Amino acid sequence: MQRSTMDLWVGIFVIAGIGALLVLAFKVGNLGTYSASDSYTVTGSFENIGGLKVRAPVKSAGVVVGRVTDIQFSTDTFDAQVIMSIDSRYQFPKDTFASILTSGLIGEQYIGLAAGGDEALLKSGDKIMKTNSALVLEEMIGRFLFNKASEGDGKEKADAD
Amino acid sequence: MPRRIVIGIRGVGHRVIDSVWRLGYASRFFLLTMLKSGTSLRRFGLIIREVYFTGVLSLIIILVSGLFVGMVLGLQGYETLQRYGAESAVGTMVALSLLRELGPVVAALLFASRAGSAITAEIGLMKATEQLAAMEMMAVDPIARVVAPRFWAGVISMPLLAALFSAVGVFGGYLVAVVLIGVDEGSFWSQMQDAVDFRYDIVNGVIKTCVFGVAVTAIAVFEGYDASPTAEGVSGATTRTVVTSSLAILGLDFVLTSFMFRGMS
Repeated sequence: MQRSTMDLWVGIFVIAGIGALLVLAFKVGNLGTYSASDSYTVTGSFENIGGLKVRAPVKSAGVVVGRVTDIQFSTDTFDAQVIMSIDSRYQFPKDTFASILTSGLIGEQYIGLAAGGDEALLKSGDKIMKTNSALVLEEMIGRFLFNKASEGDGKEKADAD
Repeated sequence: MPRRIVIGIRGVGHRVIDSVWRLGYASRFFLLTMLKSGTSLRRFGLIIREVYFTGVLSLIIILVSGLFVGMVLGLQGYETLQRYGAESAVGTMVALSLLRELGPVVAALLFASRAGSAITAEIGLMKATEQLAAMEMMAVDPIARVVAPRFWAGVISMPLLAALFSAVGVFGGYLVAVVLIGVDEGSFWSQMQDAVDFRYDIVNGVIKTCVFGVAVTAIAVFEGYDASPTAEGVSGATTRTVVTSSLAILGLDFVLTSFMFRGMS
């Protein structure tokens, strides 16, 4: 069997195809920024997680430090157990504060970690004690209307006096 | 009157039995191709020859269509997203729609009409001119010599073509959104990288293209092999290849999508 120009073209084609896959993986996908380094998991229980989803980012000071790996509902405490895996390059004090935040007005929800001042660090399997639930828009509007209504009541009473 | 009804029912029954028959024959043919691929995999030169005809010669149409699909996505995505002030998400939209759906599906449809029809016509004509029968006379198995190399060449080419389609499409979206319209380049790429997950989006897309590659080439080689050995039969088989494989691609895409992208985002 002899080498022919056809072989060359097929070789170019295969290399171009694999190259395209690599471009997709590194330039378009997150494989370039993805670090395969070790991570540790911590749990946080939230009263209400709003629209938080699995794979949502965990950020501290705006930097992505981990991902949400699982969300479960606990029938013992009737709240949501959010399990997140955090890159082991980033260590947090034991009294770290976790809250569910929204990026932008209609953006996706993520977990924000605010470091506390404890000397001891969070270890794998630990539970974050201080959490802050997601803001639910309906509850906020309800509270606002309630406040407005009671304000109005106060005013009417003042007028009557 | 009742006689006409009886004839009608008989016609329906005949068609049903005939299509079940064909399905069984096609399954047996597919199995036989698999069993006899061993010999053609050992003679890899045959497969390389067919990769040239199915893959390399499909490059032009795949690349040009990918570029234009990406550019249109960029244009339309920008048109819609800028109403919500989210025009920097156009990269995310282009990349996700290409990687998850449009890349695999459109590339497979083009592949079916460019390469699938050619495979069917070639094998059908070989049958019509009794080349396959001649091979059998010379104790050369036409399935191992003609069918299996074409099948494997299609299975190899399809994922590569779809990857090229998606990559060129993303580049087309970049051209329109960043170069032409002026969306910020940094946020275009960073939002895209933030949203596209390697395992979830890219690997699933590649799995899709592999399934489409198997489906399209299996249909193409079978239709060619099963064609009536006349000019009319070959043309009918070519048409059936394009129609059946397009329907198979769209149906399989729905099934695969519902398995892969269910309830997560």
